[in-house]
Order: sequence, then C-alpha cells, then structure tokens
Amino acid sequence: MRLHSVLRTTTKLLMPPIMLFALYVQFHGDYGPGGGFQAGVIFAVAFILFTLIFGPVRARRVAPAWVTTPLCAAGVLLYAGVGLVTMALGGAYLDYDVLAHTPLHGQHLGILLVELGVGLTVWAVMVSIFLAFVGRDTGALADEADTDTDTGADTGAGDGHA
Amino acid sequence: MPLVQNLPALQVVLPLVAAPLCLFLRAPRLAWLFALAVSAAAFAIAVSLTVSVTEVGAFTYAMGGWAAPWGIEYVIDPLDSFILCLVTGIATLVLLYAGPSVEAEVPHRLIPAFYVLFLLCLTGLLGMVATGDAFNLFVFLEISSLSTYALVAMGRDPRAQTAAYRYLILGTLGATFYLIGVGLLYMMTGTLNMEDLARRIPAVADTRTISVAIAFLAVGLALKLALFPLHKWLPGAYTHAPSAVTAFLAATATKVAIYVLVRIFFTVLGPIEAFQTLPAAVHETQVVGVLAIIAMLSGSAVAIFQPNLKRLLAYSSLAQIGYMVLGISMVSVTGMTAGLVHMVNHAMMKGALFMALGAVVLRIGSPRIERLDGIGARMPVTMAAFLIAALSLIGVPGTSGFVSKLYLVRAALEDQHWIMAAAVIVSSLLAIVYVWRIVEVAYMRSPPADARPVREAPLVMLAPLWVLALANVYFGLETTWTVGLAEDAAGFILTYVPGEGPLSEHPALEELLEGVNGGGHGPAAEEGAH
Repeated sequence: MRLHSVLRTTTKLLMPPIMLFALYVQFHGDYGPGGGFQAGVIFAVAFILFTLIFGPVRARRVAPAWVTTPLCAAGVLLYAGVGLVTMALGGAYLDYDVLAHTPLHGQHLGILLVELGVGLTVWAVMVSIFLAFVGRDTGALADEADTDTDTGADTGAGDGHA
Repeated sequence: MPLVQNLPALQVVLPLVAAPLCLFLRAPRLAWLFALAVSAAAFAIAVSLTVSVTEVGAFTYAMGGWAAPWGIEYVIDPLDSFILCLVTGIATLVLLYAGPSVEAEVPHRLIPAFYVLFLLCLTGLLGMVATGDAFNLFVFLEISSLSTYALVAMGRDPRAQTAAYRYLILGTLGATFYLIGVGLLYMMTGTLNMEDLARRIPAVADTRTISVAIAFLAVGLALKLALFPLHKWLPGAYTHAPSAVTAFLAATATKVAIYVLVRIFFTVLGPIEAFQTLPAAVHETQVVGVLAIIAMLSGSAVAIFQPNLKRLLAYSSLAQIGYMVLGISMVSVTGMTAGLVHMVNHAMMKGALFMALGAVVLRIGSPRIERLDGIGARMPVTMAAFLIAALSLIGVPGTSGFVSKLYLVRAALEDQHWIMAAAVIVSSLLAIVYVWRIVEVAYMRSPPADARPVREAPLVMLAPLWVLALANVYFGLETTWTVGLAEDAAGFILTYVPGEGPLSEHPALEELLEGVNGGGHGPAAEEGAH
C-alpha cells in the first residue's frame, strides 16, 4: 500500500469531509433527514475507509478496543439513561417534555441526547465488527482456544430424521 | 407520574439498562450477581403487574407520552402478565443456576459478555410480551434473537458455532417473514398499533394483500417457535449451547414465540378469524393442528434414538411444542387453556431437566448416555430432581405434566377430535420409552469400575433445580393458579374485541378511514392489492 499514493492521498483528503458530514447528519437530525443511526454509520465509514487503505493495525491505534467496546455500551446507557431521567422528573419513559423549563426545549434536548447515544453505539459497533472481521482482531470479545473434556463423538444421528 | 405507573416501562427498561452496565463489571462473579439481582427485580415487577391486572384489568402505558395509535403503547393484559411472570421467574432461577455452570462452560474472559447477552435476551423477550405495537414487537424479537445466536455460539463445542449459524439463518428468515407480514398489514391499514390494526383490518379483510400478510406471519412465527417442519434450528442450538442457555431458551424463548402467535392471530387478526381460516389439511382439522400432531409423534419418536441427552430433550421439546400448538389450534377455551397451561408446565419441566443435565455435565463432562452408567447413585440429589421432572414430562398423575395433558385430552374430546386425543396418548407412551432409557442407564446399571467419585453439583445449582422440580409436583396438585390464570387469559383472548379508540374524535381521520373502508372492496384497493 506504500506505493499507492493516489489512494492514500485521496483517503486523507476524504476523511475530514466524511466525518464532518456525519456530524452534520447527527446534529441536524432533529430538523431534517438524518439522525444518530445514519450519522454513526457515516462516521464509521470514515474509519472503514482508513482501515482499507492503511490496514487494521494502524486503525486499531486510532480506535483501540478499550475505546470502542465501552462506547458500544455507553451509547445505550445514554439513551436509556435519558428515559430514566424523564421518569425521575415525573414524566413517562422518554417523555422529553419534562427535561427543560418548557416542553419545546425539553423535546430538543431529549432528542439530541438520545440521538447522540444512538450515534455513539452505532459507530462503535460498526467499527468493532469491521475490525474484528478484517484483523481477526483480538479485541475484548476474542475467543480463547478451549480444550474440553467432551468426547466429541456426538454424531447428530437425529439430524436426518423428522 | 408516580413510579408505580411506570412499571410497564421499567419491566423492559431495567434489564436493558443493566445489560450494558454488566459490560463494565470485569469480574465474572460480580457480573453474575448483578445480573441475578436485576432479574430478581424484574420478577418482582412482573408479580406486581400481575397483581394490578387482576385488580383493575388490562392497562396501557404510552411511551414518551405519545398517545396510541400514534405513539408506541405498552399493554399489560391478563395474558401478558401471566407470560411476564413466567419469563422473569425462569430467568431468575436460571441466572442463580448459571454462576458455576457458566464458569465451567464459557471461556473466562467472555463471562461478563455472557451476562450482557443474557440480559439483552431477557429484555427482548419481556419487550415482545409487553408491547402493544406490531413493529416494536419485531424490534424486540430481533434483540432477543441476536443475543440468543451469540449465546448459543458460546458453547464450548466447536459445533456450537455451526448450530448458531444455522439458527441465525433460519431465525432471521422467520423474523423477516414476520416483518413482511407486518409491512403488508401496514400497507393496507396505515397503522402498527395492535388494537388499531384489529379495528381496521375487518374493512380490508378480503384483499389479497391481507391474505399474503397472514401467510407470511404464520410461516415466520412457526419458524420462530420451531413448529414442525420448520424446527431444524432447534436440536442443534439446544444441544451445543451452554447448559444455562439451553435451560433458559427451552423454558422461555419458544414460549414467547407461541405467545406472539396467539397475540397476532387472536387479537390483531382476531376480528377476521384469520387462524380459523388457515387452510384445512384434513377435512375439519386445519393445517396447524395436523403439523402439531406430526411434531408430537415425530419429535418423541426421534428422541428415543438420541445418544446425547441434551439432543434427546431437544427433540422432546419439539414434541412438547406440538402439544401447546395443538391446544391452541382447537380454538376453544379449553383447548387454549390447555395450550397455555402446558406452556408454563413445560417451562418448569424442561427447565428442571436441562438444569439437571447441566449439573451432570459439570461433574461428568458429557451429556452422552454411555457416560452416565449408574449416575443415579453417583449424583443422587441431582438425578432425583431429574426423575421428578421426567415423570412430569411423561404426564404421571400428581405432576404438572398430567394436568396439561388432562386438559388437552379433555379439550380434544369436547370437540370430538378423536385423532388429536389419540395422538396425545401415543406421544406420551413414546415419552415413557425415552425417559425409561435414561432411568435404566442411571439407576439400573452400576457405575463403571474405574469411575472416579464425583461430588454433587454446588448448592446454587441444586437450589433452583429443586425449586423447579418441586414446582412440577406442586402445580400438579394445586392447579388454581396456573389453570385459573390460563383460563382467564384464554377467555380474554378468544373474546377479544378492540376498543373504540380515539379515531371517532378526529373528523379528518374519520374521513380518511371512510376512504379505506369504502375503497376496501372497490377497484382502487383491488388494484393496490395486485
């Protein structure tokens, strides 16, 4: 890949606009088409492109497992946490009206936070899955060779029947 | 809004929030205790929901404060609370049991992830039951299914991954078919809320789109609940998954799928009697009943020849799913009651059987029958519980299995379905054969001479096992709770009439609905249907 200077340069040029566009889709989601899911995917696309050109080792240096794995969970927590907060403030689950002094501001704030949670999780999961596939990645969830005591002679005789 | 009114949401949200938190608990034992506490809390919520439902009847919860049918609505009715108690109760017992079993069967660094997935699976199952929105149900179906695939793949046998892959393909097909069905319903009615769907479908019932939707829903759900001949994913998944996962899946996942079948066909499609009009295979018996009978007989027959006891019990589960579907296919209150009662009873017996087997695997290292000579003498406490649950599986009087079979046969005789009654009895006789094979090996043979002495399973595994085994006896003698709740739920579901709904208050919407009503039989809608 060292010699493909066109690919390398184009990737470097494209990455900032892709990420910027992702952020636009993320934060403009309340007013136009877009939202957390799409933004997370677009943001992940930038990392996937980077991985394709520069390889999984360098990609893992940018997005190490100790960042991506907790973020997978953090996004869901942010999303569900907003719901718990609205409950604690006296509303129904995910009823953003109660989040601020007026329902309008509450709705803005609520959807912003929830979409941010969605975006974080989608980005982290996309990057984790992609790197796991490309690099036989030894991230948080890699399996260990596990020798067991089962005789392992189960022939599955029933498979042909029924 | 006081916290109590938020219980329907908390029922689902609690395990959803707990699942990612589990990922941050690096110590396996900590993750285990945390998951256990969460599922115990979920059980407490389910019990209090059941109490409220028996006091005030069905109630709803508007997610995010958006009123139905525009927003997503959670509905807790007698059938829901019944299933919620079952799922959370089994989940709590299985999680208590899981500690030592998972430590032995799942690689050490995957254990926190195991509990994350377990709680996500629980979230999905509870959400499927609690929601009153057909699309929301699909989302929860996928949450529970995706986590289940990963849980199955965690089995220590490499074949667990093949089994999980097969389950993934077939399960995704089932979920997709369900989604296509819901999509078609949405196309004709413009709504996803279950009650609203039930209100609007009669107007468009005669269109081809609705017929296709019914076909997709029936096949998709039959795949999910492993009804013959769409059951190929089940034996492999149950055999190779970690023991705790098998116990949990056997006791809850297929039950919830059956619940969804009942919910969709008897409430959403209830007003147009979609279930009753499924094609008739053999004169008056419709296709679902025939498939259920084949499942009962072939499942039991194939189980007899299995050398791997986990696989044997998996095939027996196929037969038991046949019993439940058979009861439902009779479309009578007694039949539905029998089907629902057997859901609970089967959850107790199969939960206990797979737990006992997991304890044996922990000490002996294999669930294969040739390794279990004289196991009754080597692990007497575990095998005694196994024996009780196995007797219940056969349907011996005094156990819960007898109660469900009694109701099933009674329902069949009530409507003069002689073949169904005979099939129940023949299948029970076949069950005696495969249970006897195990009893003979476990109790009649002496342990091999070179067998090293084994200890009983630890107390945290024996306690939930015995709770379930004794529940089999208790609910075999005292049936007011199970049969009573099931009768309530069956009566409720078979006489379901959708409420009036908010539509009449909105003139514009009424006009819109008029358009659908008027056009339903007209050329415009016909064109849309093609």
